[in-house]
Amino acid sequence: MAQEKLNKNVKIDVEEILKDLEQYTPRRTGWTWRKKDPELTMGPFRYRDMSQPLKQSTGLPSSKYFDYMDPQPSEVITTEIASGRFEDDIRRMRMGAWHGADHIMVIRTMGQSHIDGLIEGTPAGIGGVPITRKQVRAQRKALDLIEDEVGRPINYHSYVSGVAGPDVAVMFAEEGMNGAHQDPQYNVLYRNINCVRSFVDACESKKVMTWANIAQIDGAHNANATAREAWKVMPELIVQHAINSLFSEKVGMKPENICLSTVPPTAPPAPCMYLDLPYAVALRDYMDRYKMRAQMNTKYMEASAREATVTHVLNMLISKLTRADIQSTITPDEGRNVPWHIYNIEACDTAKQTLVGLDGLMEMVSLKDEGPLREQAREIKERACLFMEEIVETGGYFKAVEEGFFVDSGKYPERNGDGIARKIEGGTGFGFIFERDSDYMAPVTAHFGNNNVEQYGGDPKDPSALIGGCTFEDRSKIVFVDELDEVDNVNVRMKEVEKYRNSSLVKPEMEWMADGIIMLNMFIPEERRTAEVVAVEIGKKLGLLEPEVINREVMQDAEGTRIELKGRVPFDIDVAGLVIPPEPKYLTDQEIRDDVSAHPLKVVCATVGQDEHSVGLREIIDIKHGGIERFGIEIHYLGTSCPVEKLVDAAVELKAEAILASTIISHDNIHYKNMKRIHELAVEKGIRDDVIILCGGTQVIPEEALKTGIDAGFGRNSHGIDVATALVEKRREKREKK
Amino acid sequence: MKRADDFQERRKHLAGMTDQELYDHFWAVTSQVVDPLIELGKKNTTPSIERAVLMRMGISSQQTQAIVEGCMDKGLMGKGAGHCVYKLSKAKNISLREAGDLLAGGKGWDEVAASFKGGK
Repeated sequence: MAQEKLNKNVKIDVEEILKDLEQYTPRRTGWTWRKKDPELTMGPFRYRDMSQPLKQSTGLPSSKYFDYMDPQPSEVITTEIASGRFEDDIRRMRMGAWHGADHIMVIRTMGQSHIDGLIEGTPAGIGGVPITRKQVRAQRKALDLIEDEVGRPINYHSYVSGVAGPDVAVMFAEEGMNGAHQDPQYNVLYRNINCVRSFVDACESKKVMTWANIAQIDGAHNANATAREAWKVMPELIVQHAINSLFSEKVGMKPENICLSTVPPTAPPAPCMYLDLPYAVALRDYMDRYKMRAQMNTKYMEASAREATVTHVLNMLISKLTRADIQSTITPDEGRNVPWHIYNIEACDTAKQTLVGLDGLMEMVSLKDEGPLREQAREIKERACLFMEEIVETGGYFKAVEEGFFVDSGKYPERNGDGIARKIEGGTGFGFIFERDSDYMAPVTAHFGNNNVEQYGGDPKDPSALIGGCTFEDRSKIVFVDELDEVDNVNVRMKEVEKYRNSSLVKPEMEWMADGIIMLNMFIPEERRTAEVVAVEIGKKLGLLEPEVINREVMQDAEGTRIELKGRVPFDIDVAGLVIPPEPKYLTDQEIRDDVSAHPLKVVCATVGQDEHSVGLREIIDIKHGGIERFGIEIHYLGTSCPVEKLVDAAVELKAEAILASTIISHDNIHYKNMKRIHELAVEKGIRDDVIILCGGTQVIPEEALKTGIDAGFGRNSHGIDVATALVEKRREKREKK
Repeated sequence: MKRADDFQERRKHLAGMTDQELYDHFWAVTSQVVDPLIELGKKNTTPSIERAVLMRMGISSQQTQAIVEGCMDKGLMGKGAGHCVYKLSKAKNISLREAGDLLAGGKGWDEVAASFKGGK
């Protein structure tokens, strides 16, 4: 039976997703923005810049202190997922969605942009996944289930570029893709695809994307990543954004579907705010009609996840101070791995945490209207304008490309002569541009230029009517191709890890099911090179396969090095053979407070016997440590080395409802003996039915403690909440008995 | 090309513009860069555009490449690959997909070429 609904406690069934794909129909086309809720209140707070909450989600770690609330920023949040195996990416997409991503971007496999035509089937990829109809359909189908589960539409996204741009665009339109990168300049500069071919193809691609209401993201941010000194390419970045955007608009794309992939050009130790903020202002001044997809800086990123995260946060401050409609989240491990599951999630959380934290900021601060910010922004705009003027003077875009105008390391108009130059008559796809004859015809919807169907009596407003509708009107005409390669396909890959899907065996994973990869953190008190070798040796001695240092940071040249090491474990764990104790149950703080408020609670407590330890009990009691005082419980603390008789007498005298005894020393089982004695004394004094006796200590095993006759025992790692929960629950039992 | 930063010299004609004037000027110049690119798109086609037309006509991606290569071999790209398939389906009174099958298999090209020579 097909999965119609996901259960949060059950893994998504990828095998089910792959069934009956030929019958699948996407539920919608086009992009969806979040629904803003400027009046949102959640818990004790009113928010100003949030969107409607999710039905189900995973909050930030600290949401624990806020009743697990999980406000969602108004920006769409992107996560880029493509490990090379799309079937494993589906599971990561679900995790991303639970952490607040609603824009899932799939990176293509290396070299796909030079493949002249569509790839079909589900071959494995390198650095991305081969984008095929089957893969797209399977992931979109999975995202339908996931978006229902979290309660917010999820935008699915990949790339319309390379020499098969129009083919891919048509497939995306047919398959309900919601967003796509499309920028012919990217083909020209970074893929050396012939420039004329790229722009001619782009007309068709953009026309198809326009029909399907697919949001477009451009490729200008790559100039930033490629330039030698990224802060100098700001005028060019604006030029690239402008060319693709206006070109798209002239093809027919709505400005609100045109999103600029904008990157703050620098990062610390550069004074990045001083440089990047004026750039962001200049860009938004010129590009006021378009949407901003705030990408983060990847140019100045090393293998430190911490450093990448800080840059991400600084970049988001710029988003907040200016404007962003889509907030990107490059994963913080991008500098060292093909991103791992956990880092996708970390990046989503970083975005959510930062944007929620900055909620309402612009009601309190504003950018100055004069001074260096506006002066620098004006200068950048003028430089960009001069760049554009010189393109015209040189003879147009292609001539400018040929002369190496782009990705020059000089800050325009300065030129260093090191730009990327591409010949008009060169590159992949050169020689494959054909002039349309006067009787050229294309009887399909969303074709750029003249369809020319009138020559056969067709209607230019509905050109595909000539053939009874094309695939855009009649899905039954789409040809679904399943697998073409018997060996390199998803079924074979899934078979290899079947036992980890369908048995109780578990292996750790970072990107693919059962990849076995783990990461170890360590400090090695040696200089860097030595530390790296030592770390690898440690990995080998631990039995890790292929141990490899993925990050090293010098703490001090001689004193030592921080190392992060990855490796694969050669074993699996059988969950069926493990004893998994049930999770302790807690009442909520509010439930406890309400109970104590309705039925005031008095307790006496002490560390008993010849025992001067006070820390454990104080941790349980003190408000400062999250102890039971905070629930309004009245505490009578008798100190340390308290005789058990004195403790029980105090309970009698004060009419306490509970006795809390801490007993650290365990020599000769004195701790259990003391517990037994407290219980017996309470019986002797006739209060046992009225008093709850709870005892704890680092050596206490709860089950053993119960045998002494007391009500509950608490071992190591017990906290105030454990004790308060027990107190309230035991009292409820007593009340119910009465 | 190497050139020192002559921004102060170059900007003279922009210096007096208001922000709005600069904005209008910038987009007018951008339009001059972009308009010829749009014209190129209207006048030309490419193998990928034609494959994308064929796909929308219900032809498998497995066949689009072969049909477009046939068009290039026969000098028929200027007519449009979809046009060729359409012509053959009309001439033989067969479905577009059947016509696509023939052309992808290297058959029917002479008939298509002849139909263009003889006018519509």
